[in-house]
Amino acid sequence: MEPDSSYAVQMHGITKRFGNYTALSQVDLNVRKQSVHAILGENGAGKTTLMNILYGLYQADEGTIYLNGTPHSITGPNEAISNGIGMVHQHFMLVENFTVTENIMLGDEVCGPAGTLDMRMARKQVLDLVEQYGFEVDPDARIEDISVGMQQRVEILKALFRGAQTLILDEPTAVLTPQEIDKLLQIMDDLVASGKTIIIITHKLKEILRSADECTIIRRGEYMGTVDVSQSSEEDLAAKMVGRNVNLKVEKTPATPGEVVLDVNGLVVRDDRGIEQVCGLDLKVRAGEIVGIAGIDGNGQEELVNAIVSMTKAEAGTVVVGEEIQNTSPRNAIAHGVSTIPSDRHRWGLVLPMMVSENSVLEQHDKSSFGKGIMLDYNKMHEYTSMLIKEFDIRPSGCEDERIAGLSGGNQQKVIIAREVTQAPKLLIAFQPTRGLDVGAIEFVHKTLISERDRGAAILLVSYELDEVMDVSDTIAVIYHGKIVGTFEQGTVGEEELGLYMAGGGAK
Amino acid sequence: MSGLVKFLRRPIASTLVAVLVGLLIAILLVLVTGYDPLQTVATLVHGVFGSPKYITNVIIKATPILLTGVAVSFAFRTGLFNIGAEGQYILGTIVATIVGVSVNLPAVLQIPLVVLSGALGGALLGALIGFLKARLGIHEVITSIMTNWIMLYLCNFVVSSEAFHNPNSNTAYPINPSGYTMILPQWKVSDEGIEYLLQHPWLRDVLLKTDLNVGFLVAVFVAIVVGILLKRTKLGYQLRAVGLNKDAARFSGIAVERSVVLCMLISGGICGLAGALNITGINPHTLSTLVAQEGYGFNGLSVAFIAGCSTVGCIPSSLFFSALMYGGMTVQQVVGVPSEIINIMIGIIVFFTAIPSMAPWIADAIERRRSRENKNLAQETKGEEA
Ligand SMILES: Nc1ncnc2c1ncn2[C@@H]1O[C@H](COP(=O)(O)OP(=O)(O)O)[C@@H](O)[C@H]1O
Ligand SMILES: [Mg+2]
Repeated sequence: MEPDSSYAVQMHGITKRFGNYTALSQVDLNVRKQSVHAILGENGAGKTTLMNILYGLYQADEGTIYLNGTPHSITGPNEAISNGIGMVHQHFMLVENFTVTENIMLGDEVCGPAGTLDMRMARKQVLDLVEQYGFEVDPDARIEDISVGMQQRVEILKALFRGAQTLILDEPTAVLTPQEIDKLLQIMDDLVASGKTIIIITHKLKEILRSADECTIIRRGEYMGTVDVSQSSEEDLAAKMVGRNVNLKVEKTPATPGEVVLDVNGLVVRDDRGIEQVCGLDLKVRAGEIVGIAGIDGNGQEELVNAIVSMTKAEAGTVVVGEEIQNTSPRNAIAHGVSTIPSDRHRWGLVLPMMVSENSVLEQHDKSSFGKGIMLDYNKMHEYTSMLIKEFDIRPSGCEDERIAGLSGGNQQKVIIAREVTQAPKLLIAFQPTRGLDVGAIEFVHKTLISERDRGAAILLVSYELDEVMDVSDTIAVIYHGKIVGTFEQGTVGEEELGLYMAGGGAK
Repeated sequence: MSGLVKFLRRPIASTLVAVLVGLLIAILLVLVTGYDPLQTVATLVHGVFGSPKYITNVIIKATPILLTGVAVSFAFRTGLFNIGAEGQYILGTIVATIVGVSVNLPAVLQIPLVVLSGALGGALLGALIGFLKARLGIHEVITSIMTNWIMLYLCNFVVSSEAFHNPNSNTAYPINPSGYTMILPQWKVSDEGIEYLLQHPWLRDVLLKTDLNVGFLVAVFVAIVVGILLKRTKLGYQLRAVGLNKDAARFSGIAVERSVVLCMLISGGICGLAGALNITGINPHTLSTLVAQEGYGFNGLSVAFIAGCSTVGCIPSSLFFSALMYGGMTVQQVVGVPSEIINIMIGIIVFFTAIPSMAPWIADAIERRRSRENKNLAQETKGEEA
């Protein structure tokens, strides 16, 4: 395609190598002015790398960038910013204990004549921006006190404050609740209406269909084409992204529940600020069934899971798995057959600088199968890990002695799932098990949960993705303000009604 | 050429680059202050390798900082910053002296007793710091700095106390000779020994003119054992997991608080051992009044960081450090270059080893330059073809 001034950004034949590894090879991107252009690809496909090149963080080895039809070499972020390109990174880059205003003007400070900061002026400019785009952001709040969705809006404001015309959003929805996602998509519409151009990176198909005009697909660093979103479907996009047909429907047989494995009674849990987050919650999970907890982030899910595995104190109530296990220790919970896929794998699930094999035995390293006496047997660990890698198709194969930090998110999650499932748990808690994963990996996680159920394990699925809870669970329990406010068999309840319960509006 | 790039990407390259930069800057300083750099370097080398006595002294002086270096590395690898090595070292000397003066057993019992009680002293102090962190959340750096001073004054208190003060001196009583750990202490002063040594001047230098003792062997042994502990044992695995991600460690059933206390206990014990070995191995075999921290613990920090916190790496690192300090003294005496320049140099080396990305960065620069050259070359050939 020839350079054309009706395109805000054109990247032609972009190739980028890291050492011997080719992250991008001959990738094209053509973004029309005043449109939302999605970039779709699995984890590790090279989406972020492509955008980092546009933002000047990396230099392409080959290829040309055109802005408004004229070639530009972008040698650094400052150059990108002065050409009207702004980027909101996957991981926010905000100063936690600064206020919103201070963060927004950081790097482009508003100064008085003597070179001192003019906070009044800055605050006013921020307020103007907030009003202009209808953001609900308090300019005086500290970043550490505001929600993730709000922090993201601060990042967007920061880019707008510097005069961004083209806004790059890297996986903006990965960290948001469904409500916040709705708000973000609304904001994107408004921005386009006011003349901006948006490039959004994602691997969530629904969002693309809802928000984007066009979509460029990258698979393992290769350009797979650009599609007109209105002419496309979820299945279509998914197949292009992973290179094979993906089953987006979760297939399973009806559950045959057995005896109660997890019995939570009158559980009360406070968070570290002393606020009651779980307020007398009752819940039962039977062998051979999947109970899904639906609810908006922050309604006590985290405290519930943490109390079950004794990571936090239960103020009152009991957690019974065979016997009462509340307020003992995580070790004791594991000993009672409780396995957990934690919500934040980097924080709770993995020791990132350690090898894959070391991470595979995190809970079991002191068992006699992994060493004699005080010594750890690295050969046995290696063998065991090879088995997991093979059985769960963890990639790259042969990564036993590599740092787990080098694996893609989906494969890191596979290591956790492999390690938890291989212990044949009585109760498997899956907390946001598909967070940040792409369709292929999501399909795998769901299949594994169902096969564990069919083996006879009790599964507690806690997820902020309503679709996931509705698709996978046999029983759906809605949590609101630390209590279960409704329980439904799968298929007996619609999204609307569940949404109502999740917002606290359901009939008691 | 690409061998160079590969080498620069290895961790040890960063250390070597830092050492090189440190040496260069030190030489520059020597030049600026008006001394002859060639003579300085030559004197330094002579001061380290010039005689068996010098070499031996370098080894002797490396012993305590090798141990404190191992202690600091060990703690650092498990997520703790043991800046209290100094205090734990001092407590080791105090306990070793008290026990060594008060008890008098045959050497086979006395030596282990004195050495191990010193180590135990350091271990308990370390454990206290660990406990305060694990239970009350007080940062180990704060408690460490405070205990360093408490130990310094405790030492002075013991030196001046009635029970231990050696009259007309600023030291305590020396420990009973059955606790000495020099090599062949009796034989080398016996008639037979002197006779033999007279015919072997090299050995005479080493044995009679220095306090050659078993400390360094013990320290090397400890460095290796601690390395194995960290890398190959279940305990080391747990400690590392806690150090690298204590949330995930806790979630997977590892007792994090116990681990913090245990780690500081071991680290402190190694520092205490360093103190005890200095009492048993080196004249005057007792405590002296301290006006300031002697720096055995703090130098351990430098040794550890130059070694990239590898316990076995602390062996060359401590020898290097000790050689600079000891050779630096000769440089000051002979050439007149202030030994502070040596300190500056060590500071610079530590500073640059703290930038682990330096060598990879150089490797990147080389590669970039090369790929640019290749590109130009490709373009030239293209141009010729056209
Ligand atoms: N600075 C880097 N050095 C080496 N490899 C990198 C670097 N940045 C990204 N990569 C690799 O390039 C590939 C694409 O990464 P990325 O663009 O982050 O993927 P995506 O954003 O599509 O998930 C990955 O395999 C990643 O490991
Ligand atoms: Mg990315």
